[in-house]
Amino acid sequence: MSFLFGSQEWLEAYQQAINSSPAYKRAAATWEGDFCFVVVPEMMYDKPFIYYLDLWHGDCRSCALVEEESAYTPAYRLETSDTNWRAVIEKRLDPLQGMMTRRIKLEGDMAKIMRAVPAAKELVNCAASVPTAFPPVR
Amino acid sequence: MWFFRSPEIVFGDGALERLSEIQGRCALIVTDANIMSLGLAEPVRRRLEAAGLTVRLFTEVEPDPSLDLVRRGAAIARECSPDWIVGLGGGSCLDAAKAIWIGYERPDLEPDAIGPVGTLGLRQKARLVAIPTTSGTGAEVTWPIVLTDAAEQRKVSVGHPENTPDLAIVDPALVRDLPPQITAETGLDVLTHAIEGYTCAWANDFSDGLCLQAARMVFEYLPRAYRHGAQDPLAREKMHNAATLAGLGFGNAMAALAHALGHALGAVLHLPHGRMVGLCLPYTMEFTAGGDAPTRYQELARSLGFTGAASPGDDAATALAAAIRDLARSVDQPLCLRDAGFGDDAFAAALDDLTAAALMDSTIILGPRYPSEEEVRQLLGCIHCGDPATF
Repeated sequence: MSFLFGSQEWLEAYQQAINSSPAYKRAAATWEGDFCFVVVPEMMYDKPFIYYLDLWHGDCRSCALVEEESAYTPAYRLETSDTNWRAVIEKRLDPLQGMMTRRIKLEGDMAKIMRAVPAAKELVNCAASVPTAFPPVR
Repeated sequence: MWFFRSPEIVFGDGALERLSEIQGRCALIVTDANIMSLGLAEPVRRRLEAAGLTVRLFTEVEPDPSLDLVRRGAAIARECSPDWIVGLGGGSCLDAAKAIWIGYERPDLEPDAIGPVGTLGLRQKARLVAIPTTSGTGAEVTWPIVLTDAAEQRKVSVGHPENTPDLAIVDPALVRDLPPQITAETGLDVLTHAIEGYTCAWANDFSDGLCLQAARMVFEYLPRAYRHGAQDPLAREKMHNAATLAGLGFGNAMAALAHALGHALGAVLHLPHGRMVGLCLPYTMEFTAGGDAPTRYQELARSLGFTGAASPGDDAATALAAAIRDLARSVDQPLCLRDAGFGDDAFAAALDDLTAAALMDSTIILGPRYPSEEEVRQLLGCIHCGDPATF
């Protein structure tokens, strides 16, 4: 069974994957900071969507599909196209390379992120472990 | 999508003369007391003054430059308002020069907050010349900066592609009298850059050839440069060029596990960078080859002539690791931490800190095999006692 990227079910499966990953728990043991991930439609979706993760000391304390972005003030905001998010989840695009080449836009404290690169890698590993389906390319 | 960055590179005998053509009004030379006492700053100063520039000196760079050192240097730069920053020395001086340049142009940015994303907006006030006096780090052509957070006892990898130097001057006259020990350990640093640049996750078509050529040159010329020093000027020049080639190669790809462990050993045990990454390299190759992920050791070994075309990947890594250990032996370098004089009790006491520092190093994720905490501890154990890392 796979979960549609952008659905509540996918998000909950992602949260579960994070919270059951010993590798993430170790790598992010000191991490404190929440994220909004903004998915911009390009090839697969009609509308943008945003999901929110509250990451704290190796756990995902909460997650949500965001209806009103102004209701959230996350420490970090990452934005890119649906195509690029898919490439990240399928490990075809390194998120750090994506940020360095401006394919992924990052807002937030860069220095803190650079001290947590292994945690970021584990976060991607957790996403990759979720059986994920994508809509057909339009 | 990726990019390739390089400064203008002036190399070979007389390369320093390029400084006489620089246009500007004031240069700040960032260097250390050792370079001053060796008289290596004088020909740089003379040529800058001949070009009509006022020259100021910041000579306080220490090995493993700290965040505080960078803040002090940036304050000096703001005071004298140079339009050129000139880094002169080994990797510490060049890294300090880059960070001081950023601090001068961007006083709002703390040294440990220099990240590779977004825009720094450099070159509004000054440009950067990098002049290496060792043949090792390749820092004259790269953008990553390694600083030391003295409070946390760890190295901090910062930098932005914008802080790639504008001009690199690779003049073999500046390394003619390099002592044998520094020749050896910086030479193994070059080899580590070349091999990790070729085998890391971000390796690419533009960096591969540079890494291969640099690795070939190290195997051929490092033993000669070590044994004969100034008496073998060709070997000296080839090693100086190899360092820059490897810098261009790994600087446009990235480093990997040997650097993560080497940075940890350097920060916690205060041992020289080149000696540490070179010591770690064969172990990290053995470990990497033992994983499930594909590696490029076979093609690398074949290109360097260390194995037959039919060898499987792990045999190639073993052959390469053996060749690296032979090379290290030939230049009298330790093959394990015990050989480097680091006792069992001291190692046991430092193991937790070493493991934590390695796990936090951003290069740890860039090899084909990403180690768990337990695997890092095992690897460090092998590096300490000299057992091959075949697990």
